Amino acid sequence: MEIDSGAFVEKARVALADPTLQHALKHIKHGFVEARARAAENLPGFESMRDHARDIKARTIANLADYLEQFEANVTSVGGHVHWARDAEEARRIVGDICRQAGARTVTKSKSMVTEEIELNAYLEAQGIVPVETDLGEYIIQLRKEKPSHIIAPVIHLSKAQVADTFHEHHAQYGFHERLTERGDMVREARSILRERFVAADVGITGANFLIAETGSAVVVTNEGNADLTASLPDTHIVVTGIEKLVPTLDDCHTLLRLLTRSATGQDITTYMSFFTGPRRGGDLSGPSAFHVVLVDNGRSDMIGTEFEEMLRCIRCGACLNHCPVYANIGGHAYGSVYPGPMGAVLTPSLSGIEKAGHLPNASTVCGRCEEVCPVRIPLPRMMRHWREREFERHLSPRGMRWGMGFWAVLTDHPRTYRIGLWIASRALRLIAWRGWISRLPLAGGGWTAFRDMRAPSGGTFQRQWRKRGGRR
Amino acid sequence: MKKPSESKGEVALFVTCLVDLMRPEVGFASASLIEAAGFEVVVPKGQSCCGQPNYNGGDRNAARRMAERTIALLQRYERVVVPSGSCAAMIKLHYPSLFDEADALFGKARALADKTQELTTFLAANGYVPAVKLAATRVTYHDSCSGLRELGIHDQPRALLRRIDGLRLVELSEPEVCCGFGGTFCIKYPDISNRMVSNKTADIAATGASVVAMGDVGCLMNIEGRLRREGSSVRACHVAELLAGTLETPGGN
Ligand code: SF4
Repeated sequence: MEIDSGAFVEKARVALADPTLQHALKHIKHGFVEARARAAENLPGFESMRDHARDIKARTIANLADYLEQFEANVTSVGGHVHWARDAEEARRIVGDICRQAGARTVTKSKSMVTEEIELNAYLEAQGIVPVETDLGEYIIQLRKEKPSHIIAPVIHLSKAQVADTFHEHHAQYGFHERLTERGDMVREARSILRERFVAADVGITGANFLIAETGSAVVVTNEGNADLTASLPDTHIVVTGIEKLVPTLDDCHTLLRLLTRSATGQDITTYMSFFTGPRRGGDLSGPSAFHVVLVDNGRSDMIGTEFEEMLRCIRCGACLNHCPVYANIGGHAYGSVYPGPMGAVLTPSLSGIEKAGHLPNASTVCGRCEEVCPVRIPLPRMMRHWREREFERHLSPRGMRWGMGFWAVLTDHPRTYRIGLWIASRALRLIAWRGWISRLPLAGGGWTAFRDMRAPSGGTFQRQWRKRGGRR
Repeated sequence: MKKPSESKGEVALFVTCLVDLMRPEVGFASASLIEAAGFEVVVPKGQSCCGQPNYNGGDRNAARRMAERTIALLQRYERVVVPSGSCAAMIKLHYPSLFDEADALFGKARALADKTQELTTFLAANGYVPAVKLAATRVTYHDSCSGLRELGIHDQPRALLRRIDGLRLVELSEPEVCCGFGGTFCIKYPDISNRMVSNKTADIAATGASVVAMGDVGCLMNIEGRLRREGSSVRACHVAELLAGTLETPGGN
């Protein structure tokens, strides 16, 4: 997975100054945040359902190996194949091999963050295979050679005009020369192009929202129906997904689906919910003749038994992104990682090492809104803090901050020094103030006064004044 | 100060480092409110910071040491009140998580957690009724994140504020969205923090309120500083200052 978190500060600054992006990000509040709130309110027992979902996933992760074996046995018994990929490279190779055996030239794709994680498209292209994203959003960013900026709304960062330009530029080769501006027209045009791709594809690759151990099924939800066409038109269907997507039973899957859609988009139910179980069998009128599941580990099993184990409960609903005030202001690209926002701040370092993901767990005010909405109750702030601890232990945190915190700890350890230190600070602040306000602070304080003033303390410290007035202690 | 005989008991006021240094007025307002609720106030000598900056910064060992100090200092009191949701949450939720359950300090941390309360929660639980009168004032309230989400402080400050004669409480459109303070976040990511606090001040302006109240001095400094830089006339204050009626005449010298 390519990580570029080092440029976070710079990218965030650019994002903040980008009016198109800022306008586009406003949709999150009305489209997702308010819709989720309504959906949660309208479903009695929503909160206890979250507890139940957390327990389901926790139990699955605790017995992951057993459930995976059960899943494999059930996939095999209906004529499918399960492949195990330790890392991204292995996953790419497995998918490439299946495509080659199928003689694939065109591959349609639907709904898979994991293929972004393992950078499958570039690999397939290098093999002379053309991958076509069929989710409208993914299709748009594929044309633009961009990356998704949100795990369920990949083009949330784009405006309608940008999409119109993109189609206008790329669709001329198919005989479409008019620049369309109506949403419906644009969708129709893209659909007519994608239709041909669906039919032409030799292999269809989808992700999975869930894998069901008791049935050996892969479950995909979409609003466009593109996963169905991707999975059932070509002769070979490959499911590429992470090992943590497993749930024990159909019932469990049902619970999680109810939470997923409501948490993600506020929908009670999505337009399409597809359960893929094995290849076409005798009597089936359609469907692929080969069904493969590639189970990607890529660092996930290493999280088991660590402080980050609970992250494996994540069902990729994106609610934490939608509710994160940092994400809402800078969008997903600033994070420089496939997985942005709070869930990415925890997951990305787990998958690629904290050295490469330094800013991610720090770029949060730990306001806790992500945890408040997470359908499976992942304690995201706590885990970001754990990453910060790892960084601190390994001396990866910025030196200035380490010194500052060390100094503060020593000061607070010695009451007398603390009292004197605070007294000096209080005096100093009053000295540099003008009419009670400070508009310029030195050193680290410069970050503060770049955008805000600071009211100087009116007198000595509280404790000193309290004593002077004879208050009890 | 009430005589011990008529008092409901003793309350140790843990003022937090930001109140101590930046806003002594909040400390005095808190003390007077606790007294008005019928308790005696003591300010244990030797208090410093609860350890939150180090805890959130990844310096767990230092945070643990700071917790040990605070526990040793406060454990002998029957009640501890903190005029800050985030510092109260640090003591109530995070202190116990810093120690092994087998460690003797875990028990002590739990005991302290149990008797520690955030100021407005304490006042609401003890039936405190504000005595202050205001000339008709439109006030809005910002929910500070830790207090709201970790301790469930939502209705308490609102109920108290609504009982102030002359005060009209108007809600922000997004009262529960972070103001961008976040401890060291505001210094490490000033651009993002600025955008967040600017969203907040715009929300405040849209309510038409002349005062914005909140329960944490960190957020207070952030929002107040931004309002001032924008040239706004809206006053930012701690809930305690409004309740105690010390907003116009702060408790300093
Ligand atoms: S961490 Fe929780 S809220 Fe975020 S994407 Fe995963 S399940 Fe959804």
